[in-house]
Amino acid sequence: MTGALLATRGADVAPAVEVRDLTMMYEARVIMEDLSFSVERGEVFVIMGGSGSGKSTLLKHLIGLKPPARGEILFDGEDFFAADAGTRKQVLRRMGVLYQNGALWSGLTLAENVALPLEEFTRLDAAAIEEVVALKLALVGLRGFETFYPDAISGGMRKRAALARAIALDPEVLFFDEPSSGLDPVSASRLDDLILELSASFGTTIVVVTHDLASIFRIADRALFLDIEKKTMTALGSPDELRDDPPSDAVHRFLTRSSEGET
Amino acid sequence: MITGSGAAAVAPATAAKGATAGRASVAMCQQDDTVVAVLAGVWELEDAAPRFEQLIAARSTAGATSSQRVRAVGFDTTELGEWDSSLLIFLLQGFDYCEAHGMEFDTAGLPDSLTRLLALARAVPERAVDDAEPKISTLAKLGEGVLSVGKQALAAVTFTGEVTQGFGRLLLRRGRMRWRDFWVVVQRNSSGALPIVTLIALLLGVIIAFLGVVVLRRFGAGYYVSYLVGYGMLREMGALMTGIIIAGRTGAAFAAELGSMKITEEIDAYSTLGVSPIDHLVLPRVLGLFLMMPLLTIYANAVGIAGGMIVAVTLLDLTPTQFMGGMLSVVTFSDGLLGVFKGAIFGVIIGLAGCMKGLQTGSDAGAVGRSATSAVVMGITLIIVANAVIDWLAVLMQI
Repeated sequence: MTGALLATRGADVAPAVEVRDLTMMYEARVIMEDLSFSVERGEVFVIMGGSGSGKSTLLKHLIGLKPPARGEILFDGEDFFAADAGTRKQVLRRMGVLYQNGALWSGLTLAENVALPLEEFTRLDAAAIEEVVALKLALVGLRGFETFYPDAISGGMRKRAALARAIALDPEVLFFDEPSSGLDPVSASRLDDLILELSASFGTTIVVVTHDLASIFRIADRALFLDIEKKTMTALGSPDELRDDPPSDAVHRFLTRSSEGET
Repeated sequence: MITGSGAAAVAPATAAKGATAGRASVAMCQQDDTVVAVLAGVWELEDAAPRFEQLIAARSTAGATSSQRVRAVGFDTTELGEWDSSLLIFLLQGFDYCEAHGMEFDTAGLPDSLTRLLALARAVPERAVDDAEPKISTLAKLGEGVLSVGKQALAAVTFTGEVTQGFGRLLLRRGRMRWRDFWVVVQRNSSGALPIVTLIALLLGVIIAFLGVVVLRRFGAGYYVSYLVGYGMLREMGALMTGIIIAGRTGAAFAAELGSMKITEEIDAYSTLGVSPIDHLVLPRVLGLFLMMPLLTIYANAVGIAGGMIVAVTLLDLTPTQFMGGMLSVVTFSDGLLGVFKGAIFGVIIGLAGCMKGLQTGSDAGAVGRSATSAVVMGITLIIVANAVIDWLAVLMQI
C-alpha cells in the first residue's frame, strides 16, 4: 500500500531524480564518469560501493551541494544546477537529507531543529509549527524529547531526531547518507523499519547511500553499484537479482564476500 | 460543508463530490451516536488546516437529535485528495479528543497508510523522558558561581603543575616532545606575527612620544621625551602590547586547535595510547611561545623606539643622534632585560591559558568558540596581573 501522495503523483511522467552522463571530479581527478540512472517515484533506491568509491560524493551531487563536472542532474525533469535561485530553493524545499552523523544543530533543541525548516519555508504560525514538530518527533519515537539538546541523547536517537528534521516539510525525496553507520544492529534495523514505513505511508521516494549489506537487502527496491576500479557504475537492479546473477566480479564480491552469515 | 478555515457549515455528502482538487475540508455528520468525518480535498501543510474540536462542536445532526450523546467517531475518505502531515495532525487531534471524551476512535474508514502512521505517532517512546533538571534558585546559582571560580583556579594550578612535570620529563630526556609542533609555533609567531606587531609597536611608540611632547614641553623639558619613550617601551609597553596581541592571535588559536581535537576525540586517542597530551601538544606550544615572546618583545621595543624618535625629530627639532644619546644616557641594559623577562613569562602564561582552555572544551559546536574567547580573556587578565607583580618586585629589587 502506498500513500495518497504517491497515488496521485504517479500520474507524472518525470522520474523523481534523473542523472544524465554525470562525471564527478575532485579537483583535476575524475572520481566517476558516465553515470546515468533515474530514481522512480516511491522507490527505495540504494547507492552502494566500497569505501572511497564516490558514493558520498554522488550524494553531494544529488542534494545540490556539489555541481557536476559534466552532465546533468534533474529533479522532476528540472535541471537543478541550470535553474535560477528561486527554482533551486523550491527544489530544495521538496527534498530532505539525513546526514551521516545526523548533523543536528547542537545549539538548538530537538524541537528547534525540526522547527527551523518549517519557519524558513512555510508561513505557519508558532502554534501550528509546534504541532507539526510534535508530530514529527512522535513519528520517529521521540515524543517528549522536544526540549532536549542533541548532545544529551544517544547516537541512535540523534539520528532519528535528524530524520524528524529531514521529514519536517513532508519531502517528496529523502536522501540518507550511511543511515546505519555508528548504530548498533538493533538501532540500525529499527531505523531501516522507520525508513520503509515512512516511504510506504507517505509515498516518499528514498535514496540511500550505504555499504551495509544487511540494510541493502532489507530496504532496497533497486541498487546502483559504483565500481571503484572502472570508475563508473557497473550494476543497477534489485539486490537479490544482482547477487544471484552478478554482472561483474566486483559486484559479486561486494554482495557476497562480507555478507556471509549476515543475510 | 466545512471549509479549511474552520468555519462550520452543513453539507450533504454529495456536495463533496469533485472536491478532491479543492482545499482541505471536513464535513461532520452525526448519525445516531456516531459522527462520520468526511475528509475531502487536498491537505497541505501550508494551508490553514481545519481543527477537530471546532468541527465536532459544529457537526450537523441529520438523523439524530443534537442532544444525543456521541459514542464514536468514524471517517470517510472517498473524496480525499493528496495529503501530507496536516491530515495526520488533524487525525491526532481527533484521537486526543476522543480519548478525552470517552469516545471510540474508529479508523476503519481510513486508508492503511494513515492508520499505520497514526500507530507510529501514538507509539510509546522506547525510552521514557528523564525528568527535567530541577530548578535552581538564584542563591544556589551564586554559590555555584563562586565555587566554580575556586575550581577553575585549582584546575589552572593543577594544569600548570602537569606542564611543569612534563617539562621536567623533557629535561631529564624521559618525555618526548613533538618538535615539529614546536617549530610550527615558532614560525607562526615569527614571520606570521611581525606585521601586526610592527604596526602596533610603532603606533605605541608614537603615542608615548606625543604624550611626552605635550606634557614635557610645558615644563620646557621636551628633550626628555627620549627618556619617556625608552623607559616606557623597554620596561612596560613593548612586552605588554606584544603579549596582548599574541594572546588574541596565538592563545585563541591554541584553544581552538586543541578544542577541535578534543571534540573529535583526538585528545582521547593520545591518552589511550598512553601518550601524554601534555608532552605532545601543550609543551611544544608553551615552549614555542616561551622562545618567541622575548624575541618579539625585543623587536617591538626597537620598532616602538623608532616610532617615538620619528615624533621627537619631527616635532622637537631633535636629531636622531640626540634622541638616542639622551635615551641611552639613562636607560640601562637591565631595563631592556626586564621587558624581555616579562615577554618570556607572558609567553608561558598565554601558552598555558590557551592550551588549558582548549583541553577543557565541551562537546557542542559553540564550545570551541567559548574556549577561544575564555583563553583570550584569561590570557590578557593574567598578563596584566603578572605585569603588576613583576613591576612591584622590580621596584623592591631596585631594578
